[in-house]
Amino acid sequence: MLPARTFRSSTFRLALLYMALSVGSVIILLGFIYWATAGYMSRQTDDTIEAEIGGLAEQYRQQGLTGLSSLIAERIARDPGAAAVYLLANRDFTPVVGNLSGWPDAKADGQGWMSFALHDWGPGSDKQHTARARIFDLQGGLHLLVGRDVRELEATRRLILNALAWGLAITAALALLGGATMSAGVVRRIEAINQTSREIMEGDLSRRVPTDGTGDDFDQLAVNLNRMLERIEQLLEAVRQVSDNIAHDLRTPLTRLRTRLELARRENDRPDLIGEALDHAIENADELLATFNALLRIARIESGSRRTAFAKVDLSALVEDVAELYEPLATDRGQQFAVEAPDPLRVNGDRDLLFQAVANLVDNAIKYTPAQGRITLSARLQAGRPEIAVTDGGPGIPAAMRAKVFQRFFRLDGSRSTPGSGLGLSLVQAVAQIHGAQIRLEDNGPGLRALLRFEATQPVAAAPTNGSAAESAQLAPAVTGPEGQQSAGASDANGIRETSGSGQSQRAQGVARRGA
Amino acid sequence: MHVLLVEDDQQVASFLLKALREVGMLADHATDGKDGLLQAAGGNYDVLIIDRMLPSLDGLAIVRTLRASGNNAPVLVLSALGEVDDRVEGLRAGGDDYLVKPFAFAELHARLEALMRRGAGETPETKLRVGDLEMNLLTREVTRAGRRIHIQPREFRLLEYLMRHEGQVVTRTMLLENVWDYHFDPQTNVIDVHVSRLRAKIDKEFDEPLLQTVRGAGYVLRASG
Repeated sequence: MLPARTFRSSTFRLALLYMALSVGSVIILLGFIYWATAGYMSRQTDDTIEAEIGGLAEQYRQQGLTGLSSLIAERIARDPGAAAVYLLANRDFTPVVGNLSGWPDAKADGQGWMSFALHDWGPGSDKQHTARARIFDLQGGLHLLVGRDVRELEATRRLILNALAWGLAITAALALLGGATMSAGVVRRIEAINQTSREIMEGDLSRRVPTDGTGDDFDQLAVNLNRMLERIEQLLEAVRQVSDNIAHDLRTPLTRLRTRLELARRENDRPDLIGEALDHAIENADELLATFNALLRIARIESGSRRTAFAKVDLSALVEDVAELYEPLATDRGQQFAVEAPDPLRVNGDRDLLFQAVANLVDNAIKYTPAQGRITLSARLQAGRPEIAVTDGGPGIPAAMRAKVFQRFFRLDGSRSTPGSGLGLSLVQAVAQIHGAQIRLEDNGPGLRALLRFEATQPVAAAPTNGSAAESAQLAPAVTGPEGQQSAGASDANGIRETSGSGQSQRAQGVARRGA
Repeated sequence: MHVLLVEDDQQVASFLLKALREVGMLADHATDGKDGLLQAAGGNYDVLIIDRMLPSLDGLAIVRTLRASGNNAPVLVLSALGEVDDRVEGLRAGGDDYLVKPFAFAELHARLEALMRRGAGETPETKLRVGDLEMNLLTREVTRAGRRIHIQPREFRLLEYLMRHEGQVVTRTMLLENVWDYHFDPQTNVIDVHVSRLRAKIDKEFDEPLLQTVRGAGYVLRASG
């Protein structure tokens, strides 16, 4: 039996509606058939009666009463089936000639048409037929009635009606059965999805909607739902990871802050110690604020609002500036630092964010490269696309970890012992994304090579000029390159993880920059 | 030094007023936009500190109104919005400097000093001098006690900025913004390395150190004499 839910489901209601519609159209069709058969026969009878009356009236006009009477008698004699009915009556409706025993007492309509009961001739018979007739008033006050016994017609009509009624009943039954079967099937599949949804809502995120592999609409729905669930599960896992990390990363400085303040509270007779504790406390608070600011910053960059500040940026000049800023730091640590940015390389972007991204990469390189290690920073055109590369002589990142380092607060060492927020690469990734660039980490053998690849632009040899709208349009990079179609997080054969911000068009827009 | 602070947060305002008075400034306070505009237009202030988000009248609207009426008092805009486009907007409205909350008071103080110095008018000079340290802006030569010091172009800009702000505390952020011309957040104290290199060149072989580190704030170039 169908479950009770079936009758509430919209699918079942749709099936009922479908049945009503099909029965309705069958009724219209059968009505037409009826009109075309039984109706045709009645019209045929009426036409015959009409024609006969016309003929008899004409006879009366030409030959008078005698001619009409003989013609009627002749017609009666010539009608062996006794289907025809004639009666000519006086002004007071007494029969003159005809095959009716008396003038019928049925009432005629406006055009003289009437139906009346006809009794069989002969004794003992009480069989009754229906007759259809028309009356016609002749000149001189005579009444003429011409009709037909429609017994055959009625029988045929009943037969047709019977057949049509059966047809309708069968159609309705089939439609109801088909609708119910169909809706039961649909309801069952929807119920499977509902059941899974309920289980997921109850907390089991690993549940999946069953698929039957037919590839039909429902199967596709189930497959898409499953993909969505998978994505949600991944995102939830990432959020859980991030919030765990946030909790951990913020708890440490908060604990230190609290300890420092408590110490200061106890040392109330040692102003020098109080001052020192408070200085440390402020430092801890600043660390916390820096972490929050970095998080907010990444979120705001990811929201894309910064794209309104895009202008033309020479990556080579920018790379030179980063190198100039960081080279002394590397030299102080005994590292070799080389920069190579031979030609102007202009992209559309946010100068400060790009500087921040490159600075973060260089900062990491300096942090992880041992003394005597080599760090290089370069900006060049690679296969028509501007590319910034930072290589270091550090321990590198295992291929399996390369995707994870972009997660907020992810730390390779896991111990969070090295200084840093664990947000540096997340920020680089966010900056890359709004610039439609890809960030790629490769093995430098030894060390790490970080690549920032921008969309192809037309190389501009000329020195920087003031931004004009026409030039901006010319320089606007193609929206997608061949690699730009890779979706975020796709891995290639070398295990190189690439994230891409492809498909995000860049807008060229002038921006006022504050002078030095 | 007469300062007007337009800030609606009572706690921030009372802390800032106290700190401003402690460093010897005369500080007035307005708690909403309309009062702030009236006071700024009526009083003769050396510098205005205006919060962006204010009741009754937005901070940037105050700046625009003041500028439109010909009031050119230096304005430092305070904001909790930390992005560059906000800063650009703030500077376009006529603000002279932009500081994002939360900030160290030392940062605010250093910037106020720089603003007031600028307000006093920056005459085109060809020579800067701090103690026995001299900088010729035309020949780009630096000498100390008559002895020629060779410095790199960036070090020249760094030293020029410090010399123009002689006796004032200059923060690391101010140096990044004004000498390197980038608004960004260095994860390490890269600036310190540059300053110590510069210090090695101008101070190492001389008795009196000119370039000093101010703990928790930044640097100051000062001749003690």
